[in-house]
Amino acid sequence: MKNVILTFALLALVFSCKEKKETSNSNEDTIKVGVLHSLSGTMAISETDCKNATILAIEEINAAGGVLGKQIEPIIEDGASDWPTFTEKATKLIDQNKVKSVFGCWTSSSRKAVLPVFESKNNLLFYPVQYEGMEASKNVIYTGAAPNQQILPAVEYMIKAGKKKFFLVGSDYVFPRTANKIIKAKLKLDGYDIVGEEYAPLGHTDFTSIVQKIKSSGADAVLNTINGDSNIGFFKQMKSSGLSSPAVTCMSFSIAEVELKGIGVDIMKDQLTAWNYFMSMKSEANEKFIKAYQAKYGADKVTDDPIEAAYFGVYLWAEAVKKANSFEPADVQKAIGGVSFDAPEGTVSIDPKTNHTIKNFMIGKANEHGQFDIMYQSPVMIKADPFPSIATDKRVIAPGNIQ
Amino acid sequence: MEEFLPFLFNGLSISSILLLTAIGLSIVFGMMGVINFAHGEFIMIGCYSSYIASLVLGSKGTWTALVLAFVLAFALAFAIGYIVERLVIRKLYARPLDSILATWGISLILQQVARNIFGSNNVEAPMPKILNEGLKVSEGITLPFNRLFIIIITILVILLVYIFMYKTPKGRILQAVMQNRAMASCIGINTKKADAFTFSLGCGLAGIAGICISMLGSVGPSTGQNYIIDTFLVVILGGIGGLRGTILAALLIGLCNPFIEYFTTSSMSKVIILSLVLVVLQFKPQGLSPMKDRTID
Repeated sequence: MKNVILTFALLALVFSCKEKKETSNSNEDTIKVGVLHSLSGTMAISETDCKNATILAIEEINAAGGVLGKQIEPIIEDGASDWPTFTEKATKLIDQNKVKSVFGCWTSSSRKAVLPVFESKNNLLFYPVQYEGMEASKNVIYTGAAPNQQILPAVEYMIKAGKKKFFLVGSDYVFPRTANKIIKAKLKLDGYDIVGEEYAPLGHTDFTSIVQKIKSSGADAVLNTINGDSNIGFFKQMKSSGLSSPAVTCMSFSIAEVELKGIGVDIMKDQLTAWNYFMSMKSEANEKFIKAYQAKYGADKVTDDPIEAAYFGVYLWAEAVKKANSFEPADVQKAIGGVSFDAPEGTVSIDPKTNHTIKNFMIGKANEHGQFDIMYQSPVMIKADPFPSIATDKRVIAPGNIQ
Repeated sequence: MEEFLPFLFNGLSISSILLLTAIGLSIVFGMMGVINFAHGEFIMIGCYSSYIASLVLGSKGTWTALVLAFVLAFALAFAIGYIVERLVIRKLYARPLDSILATWGISLILQQVARNIFGSNNVEAPMPKILNEGLKVSEGITLPFNRLFIIIITILVILLVYIFMYKTPKGRILQAVMQNRAMASCIGINTKKADAFTFSLGCGLAGIAGICISMLGSVGPSTGQNYIIDTFLVVILGGIGGLRGTILAALLIGLCNPFIEYFTTSSMSKVIILSLVLVVLQFKPQGLSPMKDRTID
């Protein structure tokens, strides 16, 4: 027993020293922000790139003199693909490190897990990934797409291309099911057939039966919200069963340049995806961004939609800080509405009504170089509608949300 | 018949994948009683072998690369299996619970090694072009060549394993050790050597399964994880011991799957198949075809 007490005492001593060191480190010239992504576990593949993009933006801002004369000091925490860990780390960042804002999260589950922390402590989270909507917290700045900035215009595009019979496939979890709910409402409203709807468990490998169902349903369009590795099995099976464009066109919502590389360009060639940003975009801001990103992380690295959203999120924060002339989350939150930045995808700005980003929309077609050829680009930037009226009978507004 | 054919074919191709991934485990788990949680990672080693083969030959999917991949997959998985047996498994034969933890640890280590060498993103293993196409039987039915190829490979592997295990002196020695270690040792068989060989053989077969999986799915550090549960399911349903039970179990699960999935959904079919297995194990706790032996447990 004595030993145990001694160990605890020792541990306490070590930790208190560590904390002291941290506080003594912070000086008057830096301002702390948190970076909270999964750097281990299943989500590490995707989230590490987002963390890298966030760090790149912070370094660029610091090199240009910082914000309000202060250098930004990122505190990086690992959410470990585990939602309770996200909550714990978010609390730690805000309470212990006293960060002024946090950039992070990927899955909706992790965002939902940290949401109460940010709301109760009135801090700010910059969330860089497209998601299923149905949320608008004043403590979250959504730099990814809401359904009406990605899914709905993509369905519209398929309808314009003359598709009549739609088949929905997805992984079995929140995002595909909610996305498909919105898609179904949209298609029903416009009078189109949904000939099938199938969900595969996450990590599913054998798509023989699902592809068989697509084949026998006579679908001419497939809307794909399958996530991760499963896509490889799905597309290989589609190809070897002879289901290919233009007879059966597949539109995917979770495959960007990073995933394309892993699925294989042979398999994915000519498949369509919908995003707000593609690496192949021709613009000065994009070229500059790609150059900086590859210079820092390697010439073979690709950029994609969430990476770009993570990158410009930091700049939007910096602009809002300048506008508010304060680092305090509450002031930044008030100031961020209407703030804009020349992001790689174009000039993005924050809609003060929803805290979502007013974004570009594009359709890309995979080519043999592991890039997407841009088939369509929206003529104007699209405002986010996190609660699309076609999917909700009544607007669900939770406490703490923007009215 | 026209409508029945795709089901039968899908069922057979699912069975062949299950059988191919399970055959190695059936030898290691079924015969040796070692619960090898790293089995999936040996499959992953096989997957990466086809990637390495394509890198070495610098080509985009030729048959030579595929043959090299098979040789490399078996050799690599066999060699790593041998090292693992020598360093870890050997010390844990009498302690099945510890071997679960140890092999799980090995699985994590192998995944991380793969991540460090090849990166955390998936890689592409090019295959001969023809394998990505299909044989058109009629308007609604196409039989993919890669599935046909895998069925053929599976039959070949089963035949080879069968001949090796039951018809060659070396195979009989392995069987003798697995059935009655003490007696085999008494008649002068080096049981330690036999153990090492059996374990490595199981790993090598997992490597071969890996090549086939790289034709259908992803090649990444966590690829093996997608298959480990199904593989154990087949071996447990099949029963500890010989090949027959494993083959039966793989066919049963594989052939049921497309029918259940057709009438329900993929998630539901997993649930139904797991419940079916539970029911079967209630009535046949030793599995479908347990090995009969005279030792007293």
